[in-house]
Amino acid sequence: MTTLTAATPEPKTAPPDAGKLILAPVAGERELRLDLFRGLALWLIFIDHLPPNILTWLTIRNYGFSDATEIFIFISGYTAAFVYSRAMDERGFIISSARIFKRVWQIYVAHVFLFMIYLAEISYIATSFENPLYSEEMGILDFLKHPDVTIIQALLLKFKPVNMDVLPLYIVLMLFLPFALWLMRRLPDVTLALSVLLYALTWQFNLALPAYPHGVWVFNPFAWQLLFLFGAWCALGGARRMAPILASRVTLALAVVYLLFAFYVTLTWHVLQLHGYLPGWLESWMYPINKTDLDVLRFAHFLALAAVTVRFLPKDWPGLTSPWLRPLILCGQHSLEIFCIGVFLAFAGHFILAETSGGAGLHFVISMTGLVIMSCAAWLLSWYKAEVSKSGKRPVVAVSADLVGSSS
Amino acid sequence: MRIVRIAGVAVLASLAFAPAKADDAHFCSVPAYLLSTEATLPKVSEAFKARAPIRVLVIGSRSSVLNGPAGVASSYPARFEAALRSKLPGIEISVTTDLHPKETAADVAGKIEKIMQDRKTTLVVWQTGTVDAMRAIDTDDFRVALDSGLAALQKAGADVVLMNLQYNPRMETVLAATNYNDTLRVVAQEHDVPLFDRFSIMRAWSEAGDFDLFAQAHSIGVAARVHDCLGRALSKLVIEAAHINPVELEVR
Repeated sequence: MTTLTAATPEPKTAPPDAGKLILAPVAGERELRLDLFRGLALWLIFIDHLPPNILTWLTIRNYGFSDATEIFIFISGYTAAFVYSRAMDERGFIISSARIFKRVWQIYVAHVFLFMIYLAEISYIATSFENPLYSEEMGILDFLKHPDVTIIQALLLKFKPVNMDVLPLYIVLMLFLPFALWLMRRLPDVTLALSVLLYALTWQFNLALPAYPHGVWVFNPFAWQLLFLFGAWCALGGARRMAPILASRVTLALAVVYLLFAFYVTLTWHVLQLHGYLPGWLESWMYPINKTDLDVLRFAHFLALAAVTVRFLPKDWPGLTSPWLRPLILCGQHSLEIFCIGVFLAFAGHFILAETSGGAGLHFVISMTGLVIMSCAAWLLSWYKAEVSKSGKRPVVAVSADLVGSSS
Repeated sequence: MRIVRIAGVAVLASLAFAPAKADDAHFCSVPAYLLSTEATLPKVSEAFKARAPIRVLVIGSRSSVLNGPAGVASSYPARFEAALRSKLPGIEISVTTDLHPKETAADVAGKIEKIMQDRKTTLVVWQTGTVDAMRAIDTDDFRVALDSGLAALQKAGADVVLMNLQYNPRMETVLAATNYNDTLRVVAQEHDVPLFDRFSIMRAWSEAGDFDLFAQAHSIGVAARVHDCLGRALSKLVIEAAHINPVELEVR
């Protein structure tokens, strides 16, 4: 299994019988659309982590309220629920929970590893870069003078380095997944309702996790759990039940209208001349569009995007097996590894740009090289996984039951 | 809080620090779109029409001043004053700075009423966002602080220009400027206040090769030239936003 939420767990028993897979619409067969869009989200996150350049204009945050993070969290919730729910069928609650916690540990270790790289980079900047123009900004490196506090706060996930906010959110979401999943398998709608309630309470009472040295977590887990659990709910049959709604023309029309509206509003951020055409009452009602607490407008924007996508991109779309989309799909299938590589490459890209005073051309080359490296790494991981599976004692059937499905 | 009276030294500075390249039209020129704005500066406009003194107050943090003995005279507020004087001869112009190092927008916003007391200020240039970005203040809180600060400034009867963060390519991995610059842009739009987009302007200079902002620098040289260019760009924005036509002065 190679998704971010479930790297190691694979069904270790014989292939599950059809009856147990009733929850999963495509038993034993990987939903390539999920991989595709998660891969896309990873690419967009990488591009957004580099300084703004020409490719940044291709990322979806410039065309609406939501961005790659929403896609990423939703799909991860979906796949996690899909995989671990099946594991709970086969091995029971305890073993599956243990697997989830093992996964949490892996994500934590990955986060600490990235933090080390971050520390290395900024320590270098602090000692080798000086310019009177930036004496104020250099003050941000003062925390290096207190490594005791900084490192401990980082281990507690309270320190928030730039671009490293997604993994702590993940760790918390995964930590509570066993309990959420336990309930959701019995009372899916109640669980979703509770999730909405927690979201509402978060907004009502400003629930948040404190960060060091100031403020709160960049992604508030109390709010973002909604998207994660909504993904889980869809995986456990919600998507199928929603199918008539998704197929309706009214839904499509609403989604398209909302997407156009969001596009127009985003346009006014960049084309100042348009700003006059946005009524003041709408602005004061709409702003701020809060990312930390997953603003309703962002959530709705993601839903609209998803509704339109599901409608026009059928599960059996032949393009999904085309070699052109292969790199994206592979990246989506190894999301934890590729996410970490992406963060590392973004750091490295920054470093190269700074050392060489590189211009737009080099910037473009670095972005493209990063995407190629991510794709090659994903391919290598798939290849390795397939080789290990071949030589293992596991029956071949179990491999195909595994969601990898792509190594053939 | 440090109040620096710089009007007096500005003349000296203009003699001592006028960079050789300053006259070159192509050096550190700013793309027109970065200096055009829909917002206006009615008070400055009025003062100009009445040929009354234009009193500017720069409220900012550490990046509004340079260190060292010549720091104040070569930082952008003084250069802005010099540029405005040369463009509007015969009009009394004074630029004062009021710096609040290590204070967030919220800290400063809380003091604005006091700062504006007993002052006859035509225009306030509020340089902000850097400390908020360094402390990773929640951008919504930042926005609320800007809203209340701007409201207080407008209540005090001054025109306002907002100024965003510096472009600092070496520290982009450490300091996330984008969110704060975006917030500043949106708030400026909402309050109908011109934004001096220091970030984009400096980036344009970096990309055009006017300045190497990646390089290490031990002396104040490059920083002083950047500030000189910032001061002149700011004077252009103010003249544009106030719809001032300097030619009128020559007619008189």
